[in-house]
Amino acid sequence: MKSSNSMWKEHLAGQIPEALAREIDIFETEINLKKSGKLDDRVFAETRLRRGVYGQRYDNGERHDGKKAQQMAYPRRNLTKGPNTLYDAPGMQRIKIPGGGLNAAQLETLADLAEEYSDGIAHVTTRQDVQLHYVHIEDTPALMRRLAAVDITTREACGNSVRNVTTCPYAGVCQDEVFDVTPYSKALARFLLGHPDVQNFGRKFKPAFSGCTQHACALANMHDMGMVGVVRTENGEERRGFAVYVGGGLGAVPYQAKLFDPFVPPEELLPLAQAIARVYARLGEKKNRNRARIKFLIQDLGIEKFRELVWEERKTLEHDPRWTEYIQEALQNEEKPLKPAEKLQGTGSEAFQRWLKTNIRPQRQEGYVVATVTLPIGDATSHQLRTLADIARRFSCESVRTTVEQNFVIRWVSENDLPALYEALDSVGLGASGAGTIVDITACPGTDTCKLGISSSRGLAGELRNRLLEKSLQLDESVQNLHIKISGCFNSCGQHHVSDLGFYGVSRKMSGYAVPHFQVVLGGEWGHNGGSYGMPVVAVPSKNIPEVVTRLTDHYLAGRQNGESFKDFVKRTGKVKLKMLLEDLTRPPEDQADHSFFRDWGDPREYTLGDMGVGECAGEVISTLDFDLAAAERQLFEAQIAFENGKAEQAGKAAYLSMLGAARALVKNENPLVTDDPDEIVSEFRKRFYDTKKFFDPYAGGKFAQYLFAAHEKADLQHTEDSARYLMDEAHLFIEASHACASRADALVAS
Amino acid sequence: MELQHVNVKLLLKEDEGTDLKPLIPVFHGWIQKQGGEELLLDVADYRHVYAGPGVILIGHEANYSVDNTGSRLGVRYNRKAALEGSNQDRLKQATVAALTACRRFESDPSLNSKFVFNGQEIEISINDRLLAPNKPETREAIQPELAALLSKLFAGGEYSVSYRESPRDVFSVSVKSSGTFSAEELLRNLSS
Repeated sequence: MKSSNSMWKEHLAGQIPEALAREIDIFETEINLKKSGKLDDRVFAETRLRRGVYGQRYDNGERHDGKKAQQMAYPRRNLTKGPNTLYDAPGMQRIKIPGGGLNAAQLETLADLAEEYSDGIAHVTTRQDVQLHYVHIEDTPALMRRLAAVDITTREACGNSVRNVTTCPYAGVCQDEVFDVTPYSKALARFLLGHPDVQNFGRKFKPAFSGCTQHACALANMHDMGMVGVVRTENGEERRGFAVYVGGGLGAVPYQAKLFDPFVPPEELLPLAQAIARVYARLGEKKNRNRARIKFLIQDLGIEKFRELVWEERKTLEHDPRWTEYIQEALQNEEKPLKPAEKLQGTGSEAFQRWLKTNIRPQRQEGYVVATVTLPIGDATSHQLRTLADIARRFSCESVRTTVEQNFVIRWVSENDLPALYEALDSVGLGASGAGTIVDITACPGTDTCKLGISSSRGLAGELRNRLLEKSLQLDESVQNLHIKISGCFNSCGQHHVSDLGFYGVSRKMSGYAVPHFQVVLGGEWGHNGGSYGMPVVAVPSKNIPEVVTRLTDHYLAGRQNGESFKDFVKRTGKVKLKMLLEDLTRPPEDQADHSFFRDWGDPREYTLGDMGVGECAGEVISTLDFDLAAAERQLFEAQIAFENGKAEQAGKAAYLSMLGAARALVKNENPLVTDDPDEIVSEFRKRFYDTKKFFDPYAGGKFAQYLFAAHEKADLQHTEDSARYLMDEAHLFIEASHACASRADALVAS
Repeated sequence: MELQHVNVKLLLKEDEGTDLKPLIPVFHGWIQKQGGEELLLDVADYRHVYAGPGVILIGHEANYSVDNTGSRLGVRYNRKAALEGSNQDRLKQATVAALTACRRFESDPSLNSKFVFNGQEIEISINDRLLAPNKPETREAIQPELAALLSKLFAGGEYSVSYRESPRDVFSVSVKSSGTFSAEELLRNLSS
């Protein structure tokens, strides 16, 4: 779209590393091939995804405008850039920031790109990436060249590849870390980028590095490959190494990573990653993308067998000097402070004191601190990024990192510079206190721009933030320190599973309307690298979520015993009581004339699931269906109670029965004579809803139906704690999908 | 020098704490109606960002917004797609588009006259650092084009201009008319 697109290549000649320049040239050629009809849609889609060029909501050319589904009259309506994706529709550009590390020139370039190609906003993600939205695909090669000139690549930012290698933003300066994991993280990111062994995965692969076990900063437990720094004493000498975890992941059904090896020495880290990649590429699922993450492979094989296969693979690898060279090179780049450390003089204003309390963290290097720059919902303007670049040059050694809480940190600030730093940040609206507290809410893009979004995660986050900011000074410290994380759907990009108060978008039909809801997920653990996952309690209409937060925090404050954590409070209170506490909020207001209840936060349009895709689920929806689905939900709730009481077998069986109940509800809607026989229910469900794709989620496809089929096949097996928990999560999603199927059918009938 | 991607921002009458929320349904309404020469796509809400782009109506050829960049509230037209014609044609097109959008706000009863042109101040920028780097040579090259546009816009009346100095910024000029004009009057001046 930009007139200057073709000029950047020449303008930046000699400033771009040769390999990156070649890579971008290739992509530009592929765009031209696509335009001339010489490249298949699917191939091109994966090609662009591997360059971080992602789709965005409405890119199928259809958008519900509040009254009707509107066909967007793009100039080249017949030209596509992927299956069902129009070429001219704006998309999202994800920019990989390894370890979140950014220098001043890189911040300035991001600012320029946001201004010239996007909407003036750079968005920090929950995996330390930066995203630009509403970008035209023809602008992407120029955009990539400008990034490459400051040593940033978008390669493998999306697609079935190794995604951004995330790293604790405090690595190297943290008081509690075992050692600085940054050089190892950089070496791994460099080694795996474009490596031939990581090009044939069935799905994405996300690594993360942490320098300790106790904090949350890198969330190593919820990654495909998590590295936690450890030190071991051998022959009287301390040796660095990594506890390596594999198979963690959030997504629809969260998995805790399993310990692969308690101590991997640095020289073995890169070859181990390579061996894991080879095993995953060879044995991982390829056809069914819903079972293609490495967590499923490890679950199917068992960690012992997986470990055995990886070590066998390791033996076959030919020595690669880069395994150690990259680490040695990275170890040379040690950060050095810009200024000598000096103690803070004076006290400053009340606002400054609040900022000191929540946003400043002392480094292990005496006299230096890390300052957190809080970004509302991860958004920064171009002007703010340029000011941040100036600040990085003035106060730091240009050491800025993004965080998984969608903020920036500035490292190596001399304590005495804090008043001036605060003033500089505050002058551009970046001086807000509250980092890591209840007002520092994390949210994925949700329905704003994501094709998969069901509810408005950003709209809800904005509303909660405004309300909590109003009373944040009056909140008890135990409440202030809670985390809120919001995802627009079950895919968990907002990391709701590892939050005290987590929410993910679902939809329900109420009083004849599709109503945006959020499933309330309570008691997840942010600390200990995302140590444990919360459990879903109940789905509540979006507009009632602020009241959910108020009620839960008030209840916690009143009922908290001996300083217990929210997680422990949730566990002790139990889901029955928590659900009862929120029960009245699950219903629409008595005044049915108030249609705002049926719209989402920040969006005046009548709510619809239609924007996710065209619903295929047909058939009459009658009230019996809703009644039967509610019964299935109750059964699942009973499963959760049994699980809480340590009865895994009972919980697993009840979860399975709840899925059967939901499936039967749908089948009965078409075939009232269906019996209670599980084989008949599953067979009928498969025939009527799976084979016809009526049950298919617009983007997850038949994933949730497969949960039922797998559970039915294993119906006679004994349940462990793990298997019961997974099945309950799957049952939740299956029942939600049943509701969605019913809503789609209803929408179809209405239209 | 070819001027593309012209941005025009009409500064609004000062109103402490103007709430941009009412613009959201208005922009959704524009998408429902479509009908113009430009394809309107979506609404982006950045009210939570300090001195940010405010509320944006995302279009295929151009974005419309009520923008608070520089803590100065204004109606912005951001031309994204390249345009045929002369530099003068492109400057005029963006100015007319911004004024027309402003008129729509002024006449929309749901906005209760909260978004009204202040009658004097306009910012014009070229949102492309390669086509129009922010340096003296660019100012010199653009000056005659700007003078032609502004002379017509203000019907020969006096005005002052000031340029943003930082080479990091896009080329941008702030214009202030000595006289006061309504958006309607400026549109008339340009069409005469």
